[in-house]
Amino acid sequence: MVHKYDIVIVGAGGAGLRAAIETPPGATCAVITKVFPSRSHTGTAQGGVCAALANEEEDSWEWHMFDTVKGGDYLGDQDAIEIMCQDAIRAIIELEHMGLPFSRTHDGKIAQRRFGGHTRDFGKAPVKRACYSADRTGHVMLQTLFENCIRNRVNFFPEYLVTDIIIDKKGICCGVVVYDIATGEIHTFHARAVMFATGGYGRAYRITSNAMISTGDGFDIMYERGIPLEDMEFVQFHPTGLWKLGILVSEAARGEGGILLNNRGERFMERYAPTVKDLAPRDMISRAIMTEIREGRGFQGTDGTYYINLDVSHLGKKIIDEKLPEITGFARTYLGIEPTREPIPVQPTTHYAMGGIPTDIDGHVLIDAKGNIMPGLYSAGECACVSVHGANRLGTNSLLDIVVFGRRGGKAITEYLKTAEFVPLPKNVEEKSRDHISTILCNVGKESVVTLRTELQETMMENVGIFRTKAGIKKALKKIEEIKSRYKHTTIEDKGKTFNTDLVEAIELKHLIGTSEAIAVSALNREESRGAHACEDFPKRDDKKWLKHTFLTLKDGKTRITYKPVTITRFQPQERKY
Amino acid sequence: MEVVFKIQRFDPQKDQAPYYREYEVPSVDTNWSILDVLNEIKWKQDGTLTYRRSCAHGICGSDGVRINGKNRLACALLLQDIEYKKTVTIEPLPALPVIKDLVVNLQSFYDKYEVIKPFLINKNPPPERERLQSNKDAELLFESAKCILCACCTTSCPSLWTNENYLGPASFLKVFRFVFDTRDEAADERLNIIDTQDGIWRCHTIFNCVEACPKEIDITWHISKLKKKLVARKF
Repeated sequence: MVHKYDIVIVGAGGAGLRAAIETPPGATCAVITKVFPSRSHTGTAQGGVCAALANEEEDSWEWHMFDTVKGGDYLGDQDAIEIMCQDAIRAIIELEHMGLPFSRTHDGKIAQRRFGGHTRDFGKAPVKRACYSADRTGHVMLQTLFENCIRNRVNFFPEYLVTDIIIDKKGICCGVVVYDIATGEIHTFHARAVMFATGGYGRAYRITSNAMISTGDGFDIMYERGIPLEDMEFVQFHPTGLWKLGILVSEAARGEGGILLNNRGERFMERYAPTVKDLAPRDMISRAIMTEIREGRGFQGTDGTYYINLDVSHLGKKIIDEKLPEITGFARTYLGIEPTREPIPVQPTTHYAMGGIPTDIDGHVLIDAKGNIMPGLYSAGECACVSVHGANRLGTNSLLDIVVFGRRGGKAITEYLKTAEFVPLPKNVEEKSRDHISTILCNVGKESVVTLRTELQETMMENVGIFRTKAGIKKALKKIEEIKSRYKHTTIEDKGKTFNTDLVEAIELKHLIGTSEAIAVSALNREESRGAHACEDFPKRDDKKWLKHTFLTLKDGKTRITYKPVTITRFQPQERKY
Repeated sequence: MEVVFKIQRFDPQKDQAPYYREYEVPSVDTNWSILDVLNEIKWKQDGTLTYRRSCAHGICGSDGVRINGKNRLACALLLQDIEYKKTVTIEPLPALPVIKDLVVNLQSFYDKYEVIKPFLINKNPPPERERLQSNKDAELLFESAKCILCACCTTSCPSLWTNENYLGPASFLKVFRFVFDTRDEAADERLNIIDTQDGIWRCHTIFNCVEACPKEIDITWHISKLKKKLVARKF
C-alpha cells in the first residue's frame, strides 16, 4: 500500500512531535511510530529542561552556552550551541504557553533547580537553571506535545515500524518503507520531506536506562544506506542508574542536595570535582564511580556486582515526596529501599547517544563531512548529531535539544515544501524490507535473537563502556563480526502476520548490531580521551590531533572515516576542571 | 520456586477463541516483575507469546494487563507484591477487543481521550513570559498530569463493561487536568462533553479505577471534584 503525505516524520518522541506541530497549513503530515506517541522514550526523562530564565537566581544564556561547550569537552559546534542556549528561553516559555504544567516559584514563575555541569559566571558555582515538573518533566513534556499534535490534527500511524528510507537516483529522499506491526503488511510512505526522530540505542548495552524500544533503528537504517554517522564513539553513561536494573535516578536527586558515598562513607566527588562536587558532568562522575569501585571503595552486592550509594535521606520526607516522588518510588518498588531512611544503591547506566545522524542547525542531514546535504531528509533529537552535546551531554540539554531542533527542522521543512515537488518513487522500493522480513521468517538456523542480543550487550558493556582500551574495542569488533554472521542463522518461532513481536525483536537486533559496529569502529579510531570517550591507551585529550568530528560511512560493506572541523566561536578549548 | 503462570492466548489467524496456556519458569525469583516473567517465557520458552512493553519501569504505560483479576502494569508489579498460591493468571485488559494474546485494541480508548479536547485552550494572546500560576494551583494538576494513558483504570470500570460508549476515568482525569488549570478557559466546553449519558454520571464511585491505577492516582477524588463543579454550575 502506498500513502502520500507532504511530510513524514518517523518517531513520536519530543523531537518528532515538536516538528509535527510546525506542519504548515495546507500540508499533510504523517507521524510514524513503533509505539503509541505517549509511550515514547522522552516520557522517561525526569529532572528538567534548562534555560537561563533567571527565575530563581541570576543567570544568562552565555553561561549556559559556556557550560554546554565545556561539558561537551569542547567538541560541540559552538554556533549550534549558541542557537540552542539563546533559543532555550523562548522554547521553555512556548512549552508553558502550550500548557506544560511546570512546578512554580513562590511568585508563580517556572521553578528551576540545580543540575550537573550548569554553573553561574563561567564555572564559579552551581546555578538553578533546570525548569521542572517534580521529577516527571519528560513525561509532561511528551504529554503536552502530544496534546498539541491532537489539537493540530496530526495523523499518527502508531505501531508502524520503519524499515527503510527511500532515496531516488538523484539522491533526493522521497519516503520511507514501514512494517505495520498489527497486520504484518508492508507500506510505502511517499513524501516530499522525511524527518528521522527515532531516538537512541541504549539497548545495545546490558545496563541501560533506555526503554526496550531504544534499539538504534534510525542510526542503522541511515548507516546501511550510506549516510554518515557522526561522533558515534561518544556514549553517555549516566552515573546513577538503579543498581542492577539501570533505571534512571535523575540528577535532580543531587540537584536537590543528594550526595554520593563510597564504602568508607566518603563524599568522594569532593576529590574529583572540588567546586561542584556531586554536580559535576555525567562522564566525570561515571568515571569517578568506576574508579572508586576499581580501587576497592565500592559496595559489593550479594550477587557479586558493585554499586555506590546515593543518599537523599537528609533532605527530609517533605522535599523527597514533593520533588523526587517518582525516583524514590522506583527505589521502593524495585529494590525495597526506603530513600527517606536509607541510601539508594546506584551504578552507571548507558543513557544517551551524543553522536548520530549528522545535521546542520536546521535539521538537514549531511551526506559528507564537507557539509553537503540530502534534499528532503531531516533529522532531530537523540538520533541526530547537530552537534550541541559534543563529547558529553549536560543533563537537561536533551529535552531542550528536542524542542529547539525539532522546531527548527519543522520550520526548515516548511521552507523546503514551498518549492519541492513529490519526486517519483523509484521502482521496487519495498524489496529490501520484504527480503529481510521474509528471510527472518523463513530461516531455520540454530541461533536465537535473545542469545545474540545478550552476547552483544555484554560485549558492548564490557569493552566499549565507560573506560575503554584499544584491545578491548578490537575484541568487541571481532565479537560483533561474529554476531553479524550468526544473525543470518537466526530463527524465530512466531511466523504469523498479526502483531509479531518476535519478528520485530529480530529486526531491532539487526539495528543494534549495525549501531554497535558504528560505535566500536568510531571508538577504536579516536586515539585520545575526551568527554565520554575514555581510552586508557590515550588518557589525555589531544586537541592538536583530535579536535574534530568523526564521520563514519559505510560503503560497499567497508567503513570509511573522514573528519569535520569543530566550529569554535566564543570559547577556546581549555583544560576541563570542575 | 514453584509457580505456574497461566496466560490467556489468542491468535486470530489460528484460534477460534481465547484459551489458557500454563508455563513454568524454573529460574523465577520473587523480586522479578511480571514483565520479567513474560520476557523470560517469550525469550526462552515460547517466542509466539505476545504483549506490549517498552520502558519496563512504569512510565510508558505499554504493559497494562490483568494479573490475578486485577488490572496492573506488568513491569511495575513484582511477584513478591501479589497474593497467589500456585498460579498467577495473566490476561489482557478487559472490555477491549483482543488483537493477539495480551495485546488489546486501544483505538476506542484513544478516541475517548481525544474527544474531551486534551489540550490547553486559552484564546488570549500569551504574555511575553510564562503565564503566572501559584505552585499550589500547579500542584493541584500534578496528580492528574501523572496519568500515563495505560488504560488500566478505564478497563477496570464496570460501567464500561456494561456500556462501551462510557468515556471512562482516564478521560475524566484529563478533563480535570484542564478544567482546574488556571490557564485554561474552556472549562464549560469540557464539562458539557462529560455531562452526558455516556459521561461522568455513569461513574458510581466503585473505586476500581483507584485500585487499578499503577501511578496511585486517586481518580475517584478527581471525578468527585468534577461532579461537584457540574452540580454547582446547575444551581
